[in-house]
Amino acid sequence: MTTLLIADHDNTRLSSHTAKALTASSKLGEVHLLVAGHNISAVANEAAQLTGVSKVLLVDHPELNHQLAESMASTILALAKDYSAIVAAATTTGKSILPRVAAQLDVMQLSEIIEVVSEDTFKRPIYAGNAIQTVRSRDAVKVITVRTASFDSAAMTGSAPIEPIDAVTGEKRSAHLADQLSTSDRPELASAKIVISGGRALGSAEKFNEVILPVADKLGAAVGASRAAVDSGYAPNDWQVGQTGKVVSPELYIACGISGAIQHLAGMKDSKVIVAINSDEEAPIFQLADYQLVADLFEALPELERSL
Amino acid sequence: MKVLAAVKRVVDYNVKVRVKSDGSGVELNNVKMSINPFDEIAVEEAIRLKEAGNASEVVVVSIGSSKSEETLRSALAMGADRGVLVDTGDTNIEPLAVAKLLKKVVEQEDPGLVILGKQAIDDDCNQTGQMLAALLGWAQGTFASDVEVVNATSAKVTREVDGGLQKVLLKLPAVVTSDLRLNEPRYASLPNIMKAKKKPVAKPTLADLGLSEADIAPRLEVIETRAPETRSAGIKVASVTELVEKLKHEAGVL
Repeated sequence: MTTLLIADHDNTRLSSHTAKALTASSKLGEVHLLVAGHNISAVANEAAQLTGVSKVLLVDHPELNHQLAESMASTILALAKDYSAIVAAATTTGKSILPRVAAQLDVMQLSEIIEVVSEDTFKRPIYAGNAIQTVRSRDAVKVITVRTASFDSAAMTGSAPIEPIDAVTGEKRSAHLADQLSTSDRPELASAKIVISGGRALGSAEKFNEVILPVADKLGAAVGASRAAVDSGYAPNDWQVGQTGKVVSPELYIACGISGAIQHLAGMKDSKVIVAINSDEEAPIFQLADYQLVADLFEALPELERSL
Repeated sequence: MKVLAAVKRVVDYNVKVRVKSDGSGVELNNVKMSINPFDEIAVEEAIRLKEAGNASEVVVVSIGSSKSEETLRSALAMGADRGVLVDTGDTNIEPLAVAKLLKKVVEQEDPGLVILGKQAIDDDCNQTGQMLAALLGWAQGTFASDVEVVNATSAKVTREVDGGLQKVLLKLPAVVTSDLRLNEPRYASLPNIMKAKKKPVAKPTLADLGLSEADIAPRLEVIETRAPETRSAGIKVASVTELVEKLKHEAGVL
């Protein structure tokens, strides 16, 4: 009963998702960690320190440089026969790759699990988290993506052996053209201790930047946004928190001018402390906020920034 | 090139779902049903490809109960040319089974591109498109915010990824799954809704598609469905000063 966990990384560093997905994987038994990419020895060395990993499998190949789903799935499938479970964090990379693996193994995937009940039974949210389903898989191999916001990080006290293996990339049907990645000195949204998010009430990208960003910088917080704010062009897509964006569970979540649509709440309601600042006293976000401030954002946020 | 779009009938996104108290599932009686919003975006994209001269025909497919014909009609009213309904009755059809059924339809229709929503807002699985691509041995462009057909053999897809945007080149035929910002779907006009009633909808049986009940039987056993733990509302604070004070000394998060 060994689990193959797929490492989430950018060829340079292991992402924080991997240590959380490992906590879920370890509940199933022994874990081997697959680090697949290009020029990834630093990532493999970091991965070897994760507590609970008994072996790191290293696949280094130019074709895997951008971890495109087609070649990643072929690489994983070549290893699959030795494992009783194949797991990845539910990042956009994991979500693209694993269903391909599941289909080719003729297995029904368990998406975005939030709890491991037993080795074949899991809990997962449906309807944007408005219901939690307990499901048992009858498949011989379990293919699972993990909602990392629901799991703590594994420690880094291990020293697993690293075993280089050959890539099996399959027929080339897709190619990477370009990345347009956000660069920021702020913490990553998915792993930040504090997140401050803005909604449509901010009214423009300029106003969003003018009142949200200074508070974020003062707090060392990551910046999020509601779907409405992203759709309106106030914030980039990778800031979106919600059912179809990122799911976060920071120590402190500050929702500014966000009314609280179901799909947004799905992405942040597991935060430890929630603050809502909104001029509309009736905004649904107040129903789950620990601290509620009815105020004009354009006055409250600069005041907040000054008082930190 | 023919474009195929797949649509699912789901609980309307404005409905606040209610979990049954006996844990058997979500209340679906007398609940408004609609086309899955991501699939609506997929249909819109297919129609725009045809309007731009990149596609010759738009075929919409739905798999589910006979009521899914309503969902197909709404896609036809938007401008799709014809529909295919695979009636699987009231049983729960999982993404793997949907992918197997879609593969058979794809083999019969021979499209150059298949577009689906990235996930359905009922089961939130986010699997079907990737599974279909794998079963067909095709390339995939998931979470698309832009699709550009370059020629008959390739397309450029911009994907919404965790770090920002990623542009990939796909060999056609390929599968694309739509994200929210791919387009803004049109409203169907009344004349088009009337016209859609007359558009052809084929209804192949499982046998016509060369599959049996066993091929599409569920693999996951749903043990129970419960409402999530609810969070109770906290307290109102009167000022920013009070808020900062509470966060520092009561919540201890600053």
